[in-house]
Amino acid sequence: MATEASSETEVKENTEESSAQPDQSEKATQETQEVLNTEGEDKEKGKVKEKEGKEGKGISRYLPTWLKKQKSLSQTSPTKETPPTEEPTSKETEGEEVSAPEVNGHAEEAEEKEEVKSEPVKEKEEESNSNGSADTEPAKEEKVEESVQTTPEEKKETTKEDQVAEEKKEQEQETQAEADVQEGDGQISIFQSPLRLVRKPKMKVVVCRVTLLDGTNFSCEVEKRAKGQYLFFKVCEHLNLLEKDYFGLTYKDTHDEKCWLDPMKEIKRQIRSNNWQFSFNVKFYPPDPSLLTEDITRYLLCLQLRDDVASGRLPCSFVTHALLGSYTLQAEFGDYEPDQPRPLDFISQQTFAPNQNKEMEEKILELHKSHKGMTPAQADIQFLENAKKLSMYGVDLHRAKDSEGVDIMLGVCANGLLVYKDRLRINRFAWPKILKISYKRNNFYIKIRPGETEQFESTVGFKLQNHRSAKRLWKVCVENHSFFRLNTPEPPTKARFLTLGSKFRYSGRTQAQTRLASSLIDRPAPSFERTSSKRISRSLDGAPVISITEAGRDTTENGHDPHLELQSDSKSQLRVHGDNIYVRHSNLMLEDHDKTQEEVLKHQASISQLKRSFMEAPPPSPPQPSQWEKRLTSSPASTIRVQQQQVVCVPQTEATPADSAVSDTKEPEKLPVVKTEMVTISDTFAAQKTEIATKEVPIVHTETKTITYEAAQLDGSADGEPGVLMTAQTITSESLCTTTTTHITKTLKGGLSETRIEKRIVITGDCDIDHDQALAQAIKEAKEQHPDMSVTRVVVHKETELAEEED
Amino acid sequence: MAGLMAGFGHYTHAIVRGIPASLATEALRTSQAEVDLDKARGEHDAYVQVLRTRLGLEVVELPADEALPDCVFVEDAAVVCGDTALITRPGAESRRGETEAMKEALKDLKMNIVEITDENATLDGGDVLFTGREFFVGLSKRTNQRGAEILADAFKDYAVSTVPVLEGLHLKSFCSMGGPGLIVIGSSDHAQKALKIMQQMSDHRYDKLTVPDDLAANCIYMNLPNKGHVLLHCTTEEFPESVKVFEKLKDHMLIPVSNLEKVKLDGALTCCSVLINKKKPDN
Repeated sequence: MATEASSETEVKENTEESSAQPDQSEKATQETQEVLNTEGEDKEKGKVKEKEGKEGKGISRYLPTWLKKQKSLSQTSPTKETPPTEEPTSKETEGEEVSAPEVNGHAEEAEEKEEVKSEPVKEKEEESNSNGSADTEPAKEEKVEESVQTTPEEKKETTKEDQVAEEKKEQEQETQAEADVQEGDGQISIFQSPLRLVRKPKMKVVVCRVTLLDGTNFSCEVEKRAKGQYLFFKVCEHLNLLEKDYFGLTYKDTHDEKCWLDPMKEIKRQIRSNNWQFSFNVKFYPPDPSLLTEDITRYLLCLQLRDDVASGRLPCSFVTHALLGSYTLQAEFGDYEPDQPRPLDFISQQTFAPNQNKEMEEKILELHKSHKGMTPAQADIQFLENAKKLSMYGVDLHRAKDSEGVDIMLGVCANGLLVYKDRLRINRFAWPKILKISYKRNNFYIKIRPGETEQFESTVGFKLQNHRSAKRLWKVCVENHSFFRLNTPEPPTKARFLTLGSKFRYSGRTQAQTRLASSLIDRPAPSFERTSSKRISRSLDGAPVISITEAGRDTTENGHDPHLELQSDSKSQLRVHGDNIYVRHSNLMLEDHDKTQEEVLKHQASISQLKRSFMEAPPPSPPQPSQWEKRLTSSPASTIRVQQQQVVCVPQTEATPADSAVSDTKEPEKLPVVKTEMVTISDTFAAQKTEIATKEVPIVHTETKTITYEAAQLDGSADGEPGVLMTAQTITSESLCTTTTTHITKTLKGGLSETRIEKRIVITGDCDIDHDQALAQAIKEAKEQHPDMSVTRVVVHKETELAEEED
Repeated sequence: MAGLMAGFGHYTHAIVRGIPASLATEALRTSQAEVDLDKARGEHDAYVQVLRTRLGLEVVELPADEALPDCVFVEDAAVVCGDTALITRPGAESRRGETEAMKEALKDLKMNIVEITDENATLDGGDVLFTGREFFVGLSKRTNQRGAEILADAFKDYAVSTVPVLEGLHLKSFCSMGGPGLIVIGSSDHAQKALKIMQQMSDHRYDKLTVPDDLAANCIYMNLPNKGHVLLHCTTEEFPESVKVFEKLKDHMLIPVSNLEKVKLDGALTCCSVLINKKKPDN
């Protein structure tokens, strides 16, 4: 696509301007490309084309996480942003990432000249590879309009693309493995390669203005098609911020609503009206700021909170206003000095509270006196220690209505979703209680895990102002849940995986990852200017920096147990201990209802079968107001329930392996056979060394073969401590000759959570099925479905019903 | 450190009020039991004595008012947290006058006074459970949503969640705090239900101490200098089984306080005082 950059950009701009819906045009343009590509090769497949266009828009979804990460890394590299210390921070993706940089470098060298041209083809290549799943992608309502929009461009570009496609085809096939990485490089080259700049003399550069937390502005030039993260990393680099995952950039959409800039998407496609104006803000408020590694991070968090408090977004009492103000004063001015008039000037210039008055200012000064000797960093820590306890700390409020039209507020935070009516908390849904988050039009739904004594899942619905705000709320929920609850972000769906709904997933690091990453930060505490030093020529921050840091670290180590939080979390998890709930989804709990579920078609991987069957269940029907609405407004005592779904029983495959699935085998029921065979293999490369124990059982006429493949060793933590069960899910799916039962358990061991997926795949059928091959296929699929996990054990249990004569 | 939420259970002052003769006959009650005025007064004197002598609190004793038969139950007239005192608007009309004297007393103690002016709001202090981290407000016959909203406005630092009170007079008729993060709860169904709701609504984890008798679940926790954890609870005479449960609290200084007469008027231990932590200026 880059080849066409100059001309295409123009076209797209037009599209953009004409479109009102941010997302629409965004997809529209993306789709254009995809449709074009498809045309290049599959002209004859006229009908398929449209579908592929739809499908193709989510191409990036099929890339594993690390690839996306790769993009981000490579994009930052030209900015010198990625210091060596950054490398180990990506430990979470270690396994896959090992090879990536290598390929990266290689690809760049070998193909730099070709890259631009080949890029679109590669995308296409990808696309056609995933054709199998293409059909499964349900279409959004919006999309129909979109494809209409794209048609004219389609024609225009076809020929060029076509040629390119032909030229590159062969090469592509060879380098396919690298294709993904190259795609990442394609991005890099925009900023890096002089060659490209020569090629595309019309490459446009835009100036972005970013309002920083201290109120100053930062301007920076970005290429017009740069992604959000490019700008974000530029800003972080400017701020000298390493613990950047708590932060993000916001922009105002056409409706003057604050939106988070998606790092994975092009900036231009997100902002409307050519207004390249952004704000740097805290996106995820760390529940325990003392666990942050660097003072500079805490300082930035303080700046955000000072503004939150002053603007009234973070409500607090008079006393707390005064207390927080006094720490601000201490941080900015140091010790109170009676003959030093400046704080007094400063104090009335500064807004500490929405309703600041003389009385409060006096109280602030009075408290300031008591902080004598506190370093700026210590004052920041105290500020945060108090701010974090405020009930609205880190709560992102969204206006909503219950179905009776009563105004409520939905608050998204680290712990879950809070429901407020006026200032009262009327309900709370902790993340572990929420099974699914979805939205449809302007409705936002959460599906609730049944309580101990309940049999039914329930869905609670809220009305948002419009579709945009429902989507925004949904996104914020997805991101907050991922950041605070997951160890690694949910991988973007892979080729073999059936996806439903929005491709949007949180793309950054989770809190667990960022904590790990920041624990590896190894640099002298950076010195930074405080706001006061900018406003008034007096600076306190030159000399004391080092001591400040030390003080800060001390508090961190002594005052807080980093695992404390997790422990208390695990406590709350105890409630679901042992639950074996049949959920209508697996870890894909975040679903976007905008996709038409009926369009879900078959998929290669058996797991998808199961998901499909889940999805085919009717979407939440509009709530019956009388039933749930009054409950909602009253209290959670009476359980809110929009819709009740019977919990489907999981076939107990453990007790009766194979037979439930076998029942519809074509093979006629014959006399049972007395042949039992146990095969146990304890090795990763087990297939060869087979140790067979045959046991004669006189009455039962089945053949049982158990093969155990055991991985050499897991990480040391294997079974040291029992851990606390966090969640357990069992999912069953059936296809023609396989029944897959997926049992996912999450356990918490010493602060680390471990996810164990146990798949029980029952393969049934006539004798002419090659069971070994089916097994190999099943293992392969399991690996592909979870590339981030390792297969540690394979148990094969073979039951054969033999024909009488064979006996 | 004068921080938020520091020092749960630290008290320096208590406001109490005398028992008017009208209590015996005119005070509101849900049962028909006869109240022995002298016994009630004796009981109350003992209660005040514990606060003043045994625990060393500075007790402000408001005079009884014959026109206000329920005035001894001062808890309902004000909610004090930190330096802020919310003067309530009691749900029972006959009790609205009780707030006047309370307001004056709190003013004298230099509290920041917040008053309820909304005529649609009702709030009894007995429906307000402060855990040290957040408030739970019982929505009962005496307290409504609007009253809870006003409380939330008065104490902005804290989350305020509502809990329906299905049975019993007040939220604190079957629960109270027994220590930091420890909720003492009765074992009746409605008490347990209320506890479940509180647990669901809270971002914090609470331990619970379940006592067999709902009324026994109302106790007074304090954390006092040189005394540590102090718990005023029911006597063996009233609730022998519940007392056994309290006696399992090894870290607490346990002080049984008799409440035989006042309980006939739905008065529990917390009802008879408003506890205040008046910080002496540091340094």
